Amino acid sequence: MDNVEKIKTPLFSNITSEDLEHIYEPYEDSFLLIDALEKDLHMIRERQPSVCLEVGSGSGVVLTALASALGPRCQYRATDINPKACRVTRETGKLNGVQIETTCTDLVSAVQDELKGKVDVLLFNPPYVVTPSDEIGRGDLEHTWAGGERGREVMDRLFPCVNSLLSPQGLFYLVALKENDPDDICETMTKFGFSNTTLLARQTGPEKLCVLRFGHKQLFE
Amino acid sequence: MKLITHNMLTSKGIKNVKEGFPLKIQADEVKNVDIDFDQDFISKMVPKLDWNALIFAAQCVGHKEDLPDTLPEGYENDEDLLRKLHHILLEVEVINGCLECPETQRKFPISNGIPNMLLNEDEV
Repeated sequence: MDNVEKIKTPLFSNITSEDLEHIYEPYEDSFLLIDALEKDLHMIRERQPSVCLEVGSGSGVVLTALASALGPRCQYRATDINPKACRVTRETGKLNGVQIETTCTDLVSAVQDELKGKVDVLLFNPPYVVTPSDEIGRGDLEHTWAGGERGREVMDRLFPCVNSLLSPQGLFYLVALKENDPDDICETMTKFGFSNTTLLARQTGPEKLCVLRFGHKQLFE
Repeated sequence: MKLITHNMLTSKGIKNVKEGFPLKIQADEVKNVDIDFDQDFISKMVPKLDWNALIFAAQCVGHKEDLPDTLPEGYENDEDLLRKLHHILLEVEVINGCLECPETQRKFPISNGIPNMLLNEDEV
């Protein structure tokens, strides 16, 4: 019987109503990603990660949850295009006793060159809602959900970077919506040399969500 | 911004920039924090660092102290050195200031410990 260890949902009482006018409030998709990490915790731990990076960390609740479970033997880094989200991410970490270093940048632009081959756990809960392309990044809140055509326009920009970011044992966790065409996402990532697993799938309200996990093909053969 | 973070930031997103690394640090406000020392963790992080960039960063914030110019062999067992590294990497935080691209001199502000590396449309 697998040792099922729970990941505690972090406190996020630091988030003010003013903050919520600019950042994404932890919601079902955030908790789904945490549940997926909980499911994979044993495998993640086995790899003894030293660097965990969350792209578009928003409130910071997901990275904080992982950091609380893995402990201080790992560097926790977050990026977000919104400086307010960077601040809230750090605060959420602090409230839960974890250190998160945040950088305000577009996806991984400022960090991808020096983090080549170093990221052991990569997390992305992207803006996945299908919207007209011109809604992407129109404002702070649009950054959190507007995904353009098929809801894919933002996440598609990260996929080509994943191969060089991940360490040989690295794992990439992605939240996606049925409308994003997860099969097509998996096909794209297969071309980059990754094998995939659908860790969790859940319907919350009108959204059919899933969490996909990718790792270098050699790891899963 | 801790110096361990500085060690991974570049301005290479700016068009025509070849390396954009290391960024020069102008520290207006620096804070010291207390983080528990974990020898194994620091040992593990050392090979992932750009040593020259770390020395440069330490100099920028006035904390070069007695860090060697090159990483000595057998560093994994040198507790003294690892403790110094622990301090400089994790316990020195730049709260306010800026980072400067070595090729274009473009400045990126650091506020509340967070470096803002966002580029304008015309820079990309």
